[in-house]
Amino acid sequence: MAGHGEYQPKNPILKWFERRLPVLSFMHGSFVAFPVPRNLNYWWTFGAILSFMLVVQIVTGIVLVMHYTPTSAGAFDSVEHIMRDVNYGWLLRYLHANGGSMFFLAVYIHIFRGLYYGSYKEPREILWILGVIIFVLMMATAFMGYVLPWGQMSFWAATVITNLFTAIPGAGRAITQWLWGGYSVDQPTLQRFFALHYLLPFMIVGVVVLHIWALHHVGQGNPVGIDVKSERDTMPFTPYATVKDNFALICFMILFAWFVFYIPNYLSHPDNYIPANPLQTPPHIVPEWYFLPFYAILRAIPNKLMGVLALFGSIAVLAFLPWLDTSKVRSARFRPLFKQFFWVLLVVCIGLGYLGSKPAEGGYVIVARILTAYYFLHFLVILPALGYLETPRPLPASISEPVLPKTRAAAAMSTRTPVRKG
Amino acid sequence: MRKTAFPILVACAVSAASSALAQEQHTPTLPRQSWSFAGPFGIFDRAQIQRGLHVYRDVCSACHGMKHVAFRNLAQPGGPGYSEAQAKQIASEYRINDGPNDKGEMFERPGRLSDYFPSPDANEQAARARFNGALPPDFSVIAKARGAEAGFPWFVFDAVRQYQEAGADYIFAYITGYEDPPADVTLSEGQFWNKYFPGHRTAMRPPLLDGQVDYTDGTPATAEQYSRDVSAFLMWVAEPHLEARKRIGFQVMIFLIVLAGLAYFTKKKVWADLH
Amino acid sequence: MATTNTAEQPTRRDFLYIATSMVGAVGAVAAAWPLINQMNPDASVLALSSTEVDLTPIVEGQILTVKWRGKPVFISHRTKKEIEEARAVKLSDLPDPQTDEARVKKDKEQWLVVIGICTHLGCVPLGHEGDYDGWFCPCHGSQYDTSGRIRKGPAPANLEIPPYEFASDTAIRIG
Repeated sequence: MAGHGEYQPKNPILKWFERRLPVLSFMHGSFVAFPVPRNLNYWWTFGAILSFMLVVQIVTGIVLVMHYTPTSAGAFDSVEHIMRDVNYGWLLRYLHANGGSMFFLAVYIHIFRGLYYGSYKEPREILWILGVIIFVLMMATAFMGYVLPWGQMSFWAATVITNLFTAIPGAGRAITQWLWGGYSVDQPTLQRFFALHYLLPFMIVGVVVLHIWALHHVGQGNPVGIDVKSERDTMPFTPYATVKDNFALICFMILFAWFVFYIPNYLSHPDNYIPANPLQTPPHIVPEWYFLPFYAILRAIPNKLMGVLALFGSIAVLAFLPWLDTSKVRSARFRPLFKQFFWVLLVVCIGLGYLGSKPAEGGYVIVARILTAYYFLHFLVILPALGYLETPRPLPASISEPVLPKTRAAAAMSTRTPVRKG
Repeated sequence: MRKTAFPILVACAVSAASSALAQEQHTPTLPRQSWSFAGPFGIFDRAQIQRGLHVYRDVCSACHGMKHVAFRNLAQPGGPGYSEAQAKQIASEYRINDGPNDKGEMFERPGRLSDYFPSPDANEQAARARFNGALPPDFSVIAKARGAEAGFPWFVFDAVRQYQEAGADYIFAYITGYEDPPADVTLSEGQFWNKYFPGHRTAMRPPLLDGQVDYTDGTPATAEQYSRDVSAFLMWVAEPHLEARKRIGFQVMIFLIVLAGLAYFTKKKVWADLH
Repeated sequence: MATTNTAEQPTRRDFLYIATSMVGAVGAVAAAWPLINQMNPDASVLALSSTEVDLTPIVEGQILTVKWRGKPVFISHRTKKEIEEARAVKLSDLPDPQTDEARVKKDKEQWLVVIGICTHLGCVPLGHEGDYDGWFCPCHGSQYDTSGRIRKGPAPANLEIPPYEFASDTAIRIG
């Protein structure tokens, strides 16, 4: 990734190995010597946190599969078997179920970090689009995973979401039956969702590798949003970024543990402890919290096809963000107007999330329509216009300038400059 | 100024809409009881779980099964605290359908520790036939399958206060929530009016009466006490590893806080030479 | 990291490094345990019930196979001749010396109860076969006598005796 081919191990065995497969210098270049901007704040630690969560989900997931049965007759019971009989089964399942929520919490922070600091701008467009792809894969994985316990919410989530495809003119019904493997959500649907729920995380791993590759190729952005100009602007990834990521990760684990051990069912819905019943829909179905804003957008639009298009459009629009934002300045720190619209967008997204949890009736729908309209307005009108209307604040000359005042910098240079390589 | 006004406007619109719609509450808010198993150090009250099992066996089990609970669970740590011999005794008081034997016939035998609580009806159709189409739900996870929405902003406080007892609160409120229907409501045959049941019309008659179950430990034999005990019992049934979860949780928390402290000072020390 | 700091600082930093990684390692090991332990037999498997077998239908000279914990158990109703054969062998002739008396219940020496799994590599031996009138394993040719003891072939040990007791004169409970 980063060109640090000069690394040579001292141990003769490692040296022998290194000559045949240079994995050590690759690791060293990517995770030890890799230069990172020295002004990164704690919002930049969520990449590490997300990598950790992906590993947690894959490990606990593989272990759960050793006990889970993907049949419509046995799925619910096998989950109860895990909860009651399997050694630490309750812990593994609660880790996996709440881990999904923690994963989304971290990815939303990661995304909004990117939005605030303009992380999607040149030359990081591909990096950003790979991130959008990961997000879509995560949504698909989470949705199919939620179906597996085969409770009432699982079943009706599967029914409602697969029915989105009936909106496709002409082929809708055929496509939906193809997804189901039948005339309704049933055993074939559960089994294929299980297969895909196991497959998709490994596809996420693949795209994450590309995401990190792209990141290491173009280098990390930073809160000031200007390019790295000299070695003085950076520090080696290890130990500086590693110890910081490590601290942030442990703090995140405390939050995770709070949910797993003390309120494990807080984020899920009681109805999912009722076995799936194809003859009776629960009176008030809601998706998991991380889908609520999108669910609100879907329901805000009275036309079926348009609602589905708006739902998918609200995600797809993110992929075009690098070209919709016309400003040359990356960081919101130097964009006074953009900064305010950023916070409005955040409030709108949270508002949509709240509305998604409410029944689609009366005033809720009206507010949801206003917020949905604003969401698209932000990306399609406000961002392109702002680039022309806004006068950014003056940018600093270099990253180290605001960190290191000129006078002190000169004095510090002679005595305290850390040696970066080796 | 013009720009900062916008978020406030959005916030106002959302809150106005939500307060306007808040009046559509159908059922009264669930009263929250105090449970021994609430909070970070909560544990089950053994005697209460045993009384709850007593109520279940004497009353509820006539209509409700508990198919995921095995007799061996009665003797496992964090449960009602029976010895293995006591659990065996309780198991042997049940007749379990087993088979087929060497002749290919099903037969009945006394229960063993590895058996599960038998359900009162052979299948869903049999139960519905017995109860005019209504299905008495299985009790295995009922305390996690019921609850109430706290609404904004209470749900935020509930996350901090670790409120996970909505199921037990609901069951207690439901069993004790029978009352006469409003004057303009006529109930059809086999329907009862319950304050806390969604839609209010429930097919279950008021299940518990004062003095119906013999308590031997001096606890008052009242319908309210029965309801409280059986609600606590059902929480254990739904979450048999609750005590282990909270105990391990505390150890994990202490560990993570120590580790976070160490990681913080390491970070500080490493970064100290970077200015 | 070659820094030009005083000697005190690297020491304190090294201490923090070591302390943090030690505590972290302890946590990683603790976190690994549930992942490993989940593969052990679960509570429902451990509680698998004992099997009760009625002995009355088994005539003398017959071997009945019953299933216990997913494994075959041989219940052999031995003839006088078989018992005598088993008791006539000198212990020194046996690869895994054990008396026949130690392998059956007192006063019930006609009943031999063994787990029907060859101690070599887990196949199920055939009854009343081989040179010793006991069992013969078709997989690799191990031969057991009428007491289920290994006599010939690659198996290292006698057929295992499961825990069992006589529930009555004509019934046993295995497990």
